[in-house]
Amino acid sequence: MKALQNLFDSIKPNFEKGGKWEKFYTLYEGHRTIAFAPDLTTKAKGAQIKDATDLKRVMITVVIAMVPALLFGILNIGHQHFLASGEAATWIDKAVFGAISVLPILIVSYAVGLLTEFTFCVIRNHPISEGYLVTGMLIALVMPPYIPLWQVALATIFAVVIGKEVFGGTGMNILNVAMTARAFLYFAYPAQISGDQVWTYLADKTAVDGYSGATALAVAYNAGVEGVDAGQALAQHNASIGADFSFMNMFMGWIPGSIGETSTLMALIGAVILIGTGVASWKIIVSGFGGAYVMGLVMNLFAANEFMAMAPHLHLVMGGLAFGVVFMATDPVSASQTETGKWIYGFLIGALTIIIRVTNPAYPEGIMLAVLLMNVFAPLIDYYVVKANKTRRLQRATV
Amino acid sequence: MSKTVKLRKGFDINLVGKAAKEMVEFAPAQTFALKPTDFVGLQRPKVLVNEGDTVKAGTPIFFDKAMEQVKFVAPVSGEIIEVKRGEKRKLLEIRILADKEVAYEDLGKIDLSKIDRETLVDRLTQGGVWPHIIQRPFGVIANPADEPKAIYVSAFDTNPLSPDMAFVLQGQEAYFQAGLDTLTKLTSGKVHLNINGDEQGSSLFLQAKNVEINRFSGPHPAGNVGVQIHHLDPINKGDLVWTVNPVGVVQIGKLVLEGQYDASKIIVLTGSELSKRGYVKTISGSAVTNYVKGNLQSGHIRVISGNVLTGEKISMEGYLGYYHNQITVIPEGDYEEFLGWLKPTTSKLSFHKAIGMLSFLNKGEFKVDTNTHGEERPFVVSGVFEKVLPMDILPTYLFKAIHAEDFDEMEQLGLYEIIEEDVALCEFVDPSKNDLQELVRSGIELLMYS
Repeated sequence: MKALQNLFDSIKPNFEKGGKWEKFYTLYEGHRTIAFAPDLTTKAKGAQIKDATDLKRVMITVVIAMVPALLFGILNIGHQHFLASGEAATWIDKAVFGAISVLPILIVSYAVGLLTEFTFCVIRNHPISEGYLVTGMLIALVMPPYIPLWQVALATIFAVVIGKEVFGGTGMNILNVAMTARAFLYFAYPAQISGDQVWTYLADKTAVDGYSGATALAVAYNAGVEGVDAGQALAQHNASIGADFSFMNMFMGWIPGSIGETSTLMALIGAVILIGTGVASWKIIVSGFGGAYVMGLVMNLFAANEFMAMAPHLHLVMGGLAFGVVFMATDPVSASQTETGKWIYGFLIGALTIIIRVTNPAYPEGIMLAVLLMNVFAPLIDYYVVKANKTRRLQRATV
Repeated sequence: MSKTVKLRKGFDINLVGKAAKEMVEFAPAQTFALKPTDFVGLQRPKVLVNEGDTVKAGTPIFFDKAMEQVKFVAPVSGEIIEVKRGEKRKLLEIRILADKEVAYEDLGKIDLSKIDRETLVDRLTQGGVWPHIIQRPFGVIANPADEPKAIYVSAFDTNPLSPDMAFVLQGQEAYFQAGLDTLTKLTSGKVHLNINGDEQGSSLFLQAKNVEINRFSGPHPAGNVGVQIHHLDPINKGDLVWTVNPVGVVQIGKLVLEGQYDASKIIVLTGSELSKRGYVKTISGSAVTNYVKGNLQSGHIRVISGNVLTGEKISMEGYLGYYHNQITVIPEGDYEEFLGWLKPTTSKLSFHKAIGMLSFLNKGEFKVDTNTHGEERPFVVSGVFEKVLPMDILPTYLFKAIHAEDFDEMEQLGLYEIIEEDVALCEFVDPSKNDLQELVRSGIELLMYS
């Protein structure tokens, strides 16, 4: 490691004041601190020792928590492909096929995002922050497998610039950056990110007879329109080729959908990692699922159509709810920051997701808009929680 | 009514380098210093002595033109050898070469039963013990013109490697009581003595009279007087309370009973890098050289006057701070570590449990150096400060209000209730490595001076 340290030392003068790449000092520093935890010491006054955890470790924890969802996503993309095309294939074939369609998306997301981030760091001369480690992975996981790479790149640039950097970079953004990327594509290029055709990557194959690429949400919605029992419609969908939307299948995630969102189980594994390490707020996750379930029950009360009458536990495993609640809603920067606020924030995300799903034909997936909407409202929730704290202090003074 | 308060939030930092409860002997220091920088909020110090003057223990050395009554006096008798100034002639240190035997200025004994409050205040401010009395809000030296609502003494210290107060004050019962009695004369309210509820309690404190004894238990910062006040009678806008640490109480007591400014005290020498650790009898402002030089386990170290959370880095030839009862020596951390942010470890102390940070499995003591373990970042993680600040305060919002210099917000979010030491743990656990103690002081200065 001494050699690497020497290498960094030898190029350092170029980046220091007066050096030829002076402007790029932040890049030099960023890379050095990734290779080596820096040799900074505490100031003469104040805390003389500091906790061994830094933001890099916090962020990498989130990335690791998403790895199960990524690996499962890769496998599932392959699985769906071979189911739809009716070919027999081994798990290795499926994994290879999935990797070929997923990895380019992941690479483009990281490469373009980091490049954008670096550009801003150099222009603004602020340190490279670790935030994009998480965002880059999230953006890839919420994309459909069929998405054109240039769209991934465009969405990434949009999200990093408009979603984050204009507000001042990591820690300053109002909206969840990855959700901003997805919402951008959703409204700018709906053809590639909605409908029945984009969730299964068929490549040059044709689908077997009777196969439908619809998502569970679309199937349930149509059941509502057609007036057939939603639970049954889900269970019968694609049943002939073993790709039905039974609770178990949806929980495991062997269904079409965005790369990382299909498996509730993988999201829960991620949740266990995030909660166990204390990196994400368990309050948001618990209240998020709770909000969705309760709203499902409320919908049952009205039961104006079959979708509304669907058993609420199915909502928890359909679509991207689990993924969104675990990985998107818990983004500490865009979420509510007070402990009381987190309960309210999570609950409303869950509840809004179900409302959007069930009542709005234009947006079959509710979690994306629910998270973005609540990102906007989080400061308002916090405002009232903070105000309550101030009021307590004020009342104490006048008593 | 005495109160018993159990605190749950907080974090005990368990470090290598604890001192056994026994006295150790070292050659006494030859030089002593009075450091105006120890006194927070000092504005325009005016020196009263010149280099070459001889002084006795208790001779005024300087005063603050903003509060002329309060004299800062020599801790020992001897010769002024240096008045050290820094940039813009900022007064840094007044050094005294000590006599072999301390000669005391006769300040006259004080009969508490006869003296009126005004004269008492006068005697205390002339006698050099007044700087021990700290005012809340703001954590600055109390203004003699004020009368506080109450006075608080925290009889225990929960900081890392902190001294055992009962051990430090052994044999000083009479002075301690006299000090407390003096305090009762200064306020029409109560004098609170807050003791550690997790321990049996030393008779020294349990037998204290004329005070309200409250018990606090829980992890650090349960021993912080600011936290205790918050749970007894929180400070509101317009309130004024005073705090004194137990060592200060004893020094006040000595002035009252003996008529002398006797700044001798027992401090604790701690930290992983000291070979001989223990309690040592010294005098306020003592040079630390004799305690540290030749007593080290390694070469690359930092000497801290005070504890690792709120202390101050001093050189090996530096001096013990006025308020400090502890010297801590830990390794310097100016090294790079390959993938230090990623490596799994059980030996690095952390409040968090992020991936690979397995210190929560390690119930033993930790050897911690001065490395920051990361660079400064904006606030990202939420809900962490709240776990180590056992007060009904929203620290993140308060810090942001200070950043924004929003006076109303600072006031409404409780800046009157905290000083640096109360957020020291927040600073320690912050994964974004912000200097929160400095931030809090800058906020307090905004509120005080504008």
